[in-house]
Amino acid sequence: MTISSQLSADGQELTITIQGRFDFNTHQAFRDAYQSSGSSPRRYVVDLNGATYLDSSALGMLLLLRDHAGSDTADIRLINANPDVRKVLSVSNFEQLFAIA
Amino acid sequence: MPRRLSILIAEDGAADRMLLAAIVGRQGHHVVTAANGAEAVALFERERPQLVLMDALMPVMDGFEAARQIKQLAGNELVPIIFLTSLTENEALVRCLEAGGDDFIAKPYNPIILEAKIQAMHRLRRLQATVLEQRDLIGRRNQQLLDEQRAAKAIFDKVAHAGCLNAPNIRYRQSPRALFNGDLLLAAQAPAGRMFVLLGDFTGHGLPAAIGAMPLAETFYGMTAKGYSSNQILREINAKLKLILPVEMFCCATLLDINLGQGILRVWNGGLPDGYLLQAGGERLPLRSGHLPLGVREATVFDDTFETLPLAVGDRLLLLSDGLLESCNADDELFGEQRLLSVIDANSDRTTLFDDIQEALHAFHGQILDDLSLVEVNMIAEDRPVADLSPPSYPLGSKELHPRDWSNRFELRPSSLRMADPLPITMQLLLQISPLRCRIGTIYTVLTELYANAVEHGVLLLDSTIKCGADGFATYYRERQQRLDELVEGFVSIELTVKSEGPSGYLRIGVRDSGPGFDVQQALNQQYCSGRLGGRGLRMIRQLSERFYWEPDGKVLYVEFHWSGHA
Repeated sequence: MTISSQLSADGQELTITIQGRFDFNTHQAFRDAYQSSGSSPRRYVVDLNGATYLDSSALGMLLLLRDHAGSDTADIRLINANPDVRKVLSVSNFEQLFAIA
Repeated sequence: MPRRLSILIAEDGAADRMLLAAIVGRQGHHVVTAANGAEAVALFERERPQLVLMDALMPVMDGFEAARQIKQLAGNELVPIIFLTSLTENEALVRCLEAGGDDFIAKPYNPIILEAKIQAMHRLRRLQATVLEQRDLIGRRNQQLLDEQRAAKAIFDKVAHAGCLNAPNIRYRQSPRALFNGDLLLAAQAPAGRMFVLLGDFTGHGLPAAIGAMPLAETFYGMTAKGYSSNQILREINAKLKLILPVEMFCCATLLDINLGQGILRVWNGGLPDGYLLQAGGERLPLRSGHLPLGVREATVFDDTFETLPLAVGDRLLLLSDGLLESCNADDELFGEQRLLSVIDANSDRTTLFDDIQEALHAFHGQILDDLSLVEVNMIAEDRPVADLSPPSYPLGSKELHPRDWSNRFELRPSSLRMADPLPITMQLLLQISPLRCRIGTIYTVLTELYANAVEHGVLLLDSTIKCGADGFATYYRERQQRLDELVEGFVSIELTVKSEGPSGYLRIGVRDSGPGFDVQQALNQQYCSGRLGGRGLRMIRQLSERFYWEPDGKVLYVEFHWSGHA
């Protein structure tokens, strides 16, 4: 598992990219990805293209990010989820909290 | 830092033995000596030296056998054995190590190398001792944790099993560790013959999940007993979890509101895998997650919309946690939904379905798994008749004998009629009357009928015949809501009177409304719905209570429930 983050040139959008299993072991790395950026982006993108698996603690981490980004005013997009990951997100109805593309 | 050790030297040659004892002694170690293997073993038992220098070839018992026995006596403690040998063939040296030797040193002895080896072995000893110490510590801590969890579980069981999980129509499988895996299963009889079943799955494991389960269970049972609706219970649980759980924790859950009497199943699923309604006719309907899990949403935006499905005798309900679908076998394959569905579809005798699923899981994993929950609720016909016509008696306790004589009346006016539900509070009051407790479901049913009649026909002047049309139900309830929203005057009052003398007594419920009143006798005689409370509802009230009467103007209806004690 690797987690990396990239701030857009204008500093408005932070993209967090997840490779491999997105589970409890990634807790600290995921937190670091949005906390240590030192900036305050307006939008977040979580790129799940390389995520092979996602468990309920990963859902919890997404809620933490949402909380960090302003809860109901958070602008977070989850992109490139594979069908398995997508299924986990939709069983929990996370499309009500995140834009899932 | 060199350490002084107690060292056993086993050497049959007297000269060699004295020479070695002198070298080792000069280096500051405490020395004991043996002239053969048997002596060495006996000395080891007595003196428990920390390290052994062992000649390989000795009379009586050779060094190999002595090494084996000493290693056995030492048990978990590391007692390094250094073989003293003039042997040079590889095979003999290998034998030394195979017998349990840790190293060897060739004759003639070089004192510097010998001491270096002794100190190296001592470091190994210390390492081993530390590992053992930590292992024991971890073992003790783990035992402590398990004991604490057992105690916590015992406390939790008192709360969780307050309900009817042991009802004959419920089968479930939950490991004793389920609570600490975040799984939670609750079931309770609700008033008016309904049953609520909740399967929950907290994110995370261990103590945090178990702690969250506690208030959830208490809320569930407490509110169910007091007659709150499944929507109100769900809202309260969500609000409570939202308040106490950290942001990243939540509880996926399915709540079943089972009303077999009326043939209605109401389901709310937030985040759990599909459950199933398996109809007697063979149809399989999924109970799909349509909501965010509990504890995620603020109360103001929480969606408590239930899905409504028809329910009949012979139907079965199946709920499961994702532990079941996500359990892996040795090849790292998931059990998955398809395997579960093929087990359900292959099953021809529903009475064995639960066992079939368990067997399939067992065959798939080759072992019993302890982190999944599975529950089946079977819709069996109620064998208890709806109306028990003779007034029930209750066992006498001295506490019950003091006389009661009180009444209580409250009136709901338009804004309260819109917002409040007086039934839970009323039920709470009536639950205090112990001889009535066994009939509380019946009383709830009767009270629900009377209150609905007073509101809908007395205050809102709704016409029941609307219900008879094609879209009747929807139209009726839309109209009901609209009139309620616009209501500016009117009231419903409920009066409770309790009187007891010795072991006998009664409860009288009187419900009055501001409406024009109606001809109760005529309504009773009518077979189908009329302008007022349907004849069916009135006849049910009469059947369920000991007395049913009314004011001549039809504005107040009374029912009485009687009890008497065993002499």
